[in-house]
Amino acid sequence: MDAVSVIDSLTPLVPGASFEAARSVDFDAVYVPADRLVETCRALRDTPTLRFNVLAEVTAADYLPCNPRFEVVYHLLSIPNRRRLRLKVRVRNGGSVPTVQGIWPAAGWLEREVWDMFGIVFDEHPDLRRLLMPEDWEGHPQRKDYPVQIRKVAQTYEPLEVSEAEFRANLERDRVKRAH
Amino acid sequence: MPELRTETMTVNMGPQHPSTHGVLRIVLELDGEVIQSVMPTIGYLHTGIEKTAEQKKWQQVVPLVERMDYLGAQSNSLAYALSVEKLLGLEIPQRVTDIRVLIAELQRIASHLGWLGTHGLEIGAVSMLFYAMRERELLMNINELVAGFRFFPSYIRIGGLREDLPRGFHEAVTAFLDRFPAKIDEFEGLLTKNDMFRRRTEGVGVISQDDALAWGLLGPIARAAGSDYDVRRYFPYLSYDRYDFTVPTATEGDVFARYRVRVAEMRQSVGICRQAIARITPSGPWACDDPRVVPPPKDKVYTEMEALIQHFLIYSQGFTVPAGDGYVPVEGPRGEHGAYVVSDGTNRPWRIKMRAPSLMAIQALPVLARGGLIADLVAVIGSADVVMGDCDR
Repeated sequence: MDAVSVIDSLTPLVPGASFEAARSVDFDAVYVPADRLVETCRALRDTPTLRFNVLAEVTAADYLPCNPRFEVVYHLLSIPNRRRLRLKVRVRNGGSVPTVQGIWPAAGWLEREVWDMFGIVFDEHPDLRRLLMPEDWEGHPQRKDYPVQIRKVAQTYEPLEVSEAEFRANLERDRVKRAH
Repeated sequence: MPELRTETMTVNMGPQHPSTHGVLRIVLELDGEVIQSVMPTIGYLHTGIEKTAEQKKWQQVVPLVERMDYLGAQSNSLAYALSVEKLLGLEIPQRVTDIRVLIAELQRIASHLGWLGTHGLEIGAVSMLFYAMRERELLMNINELVAGFRFFPSYIRIGGLREDLPRGFHEAVTAFLDRFPAKIDEFEGLLTKNDMFRRRTEGVGVISQDDALAWGLLGPIARAAGSDYDVRRYFPYLSYDRYDFTVPTATEGDVFARYRVRVAEMRQSVGICRQAIARITPSGPWACDDPRVVPPPKDKVYTEMEALIQHFLIYSQGFTVPAGDGYVPVEGPRGEHGAYVVSDGTNRPWRIKMRAPSLMAIQALPVLARGGLIADLVAVIGSADVVMGDCDR
């Protein structure tokens, strides 16, 4: 079986979707339109001849000067049929992809990581927060236009130092507050 | 009599908790001692290795990826090297392949020993740590012999190995293999029939095969739940199809089953190592003969102009890799490991993404630990064999 036969078996299951075989050196790879992704994945998981029961990996790559800019990559594995398949979804800058968490729960954190690193939004993802970077981080580090070798001052918290006079003043202030 | 007030309690565990294998933070919701919900938070060990790798040349990435899963270092570099070699289309000599099999299996034993010692320590079998670390020390010595570096040897390179095997390698490995099976018996004597160990582990952290696969827990966790998926069997890489071994499985899916599977894996690894060391000749090729990737031998560099230029080019500019993407899975100590490598045809990688089995295991912690007791959480984390370096990268 090759990518063309995967597309042949997918076309009647997902009517109207335009699949495209992708160049690959290791195993079959198929481009899937973002709006038909969930249907495609459900067909891939549930059809007996395909049976891709494991989602091994979700990741993305930023091909910056190109448009659409991003490719989200899904690595599927069929243990019963001993096969692997790579799905690719093209996403433009600021675009979004539907989540496949309803089909494989493993997608949850992997999609969070892609959002964290690339800023690609996964529609209807129940918990799309940063995964690896701190919650207040700005930017998406794996983007190709993210500046590298920048120096940022580390955010630190100094131990609180209060002089004796300030301490007394604080006590007095609190006492006055309590009295009111 | 006043009514008994009941409410759930929220407890923070980590990130500096000693049994979270590094810096894993978990927020637990407890009803008495029973875990209602588990919320893991990761990222404390994120070092941006994948981003750093994009600034390096292809060969310079090998030491970087080894620092991801630091207990199974050479599993990372093997996955990375195989993916890049796939893009380059290199033919690797059989001797190199056999040496890589040997190194990968020794790495698996070393990683499982690190797991066994800490897992035992965490659930009360404190002496287990010293038994396991003593044997692991011998494997570290073999690393030191091979590469001069005990933890991150960077011995597996794109195109082959760093250099030929040193003198005394066969003797060191054979001495270890002769000694080790009796030591596994010793470990099992300490734990497998230990009533206390079994009471802490049997029926704890149960996961079904379907759940394990749905959560992507490919590796020892799925095999302990009844799956027979092992990359070495299903998608043979290196030359595992020419080695004789079995894939240990169990069906209970609990902490004890994961323990049994990993111990049985160590026995199988010893068998594979014996076959490999018998096939490896003391001297021979240690890299492929592709002049794009592998520099010419040193004696030629000193005597021939072309060889000198070639040597200089490989070490100053690196080599280019044809544009495309590749992913070659390997069976790492923690499960399916693999590097998704994208090249744009230049001398630096465009994108590298390691599949992290620890990330999947921590994501599934709520499934593994829900409904259990808080004391069992430590056993569950230990049995998932998470390495935070692998998880956070």
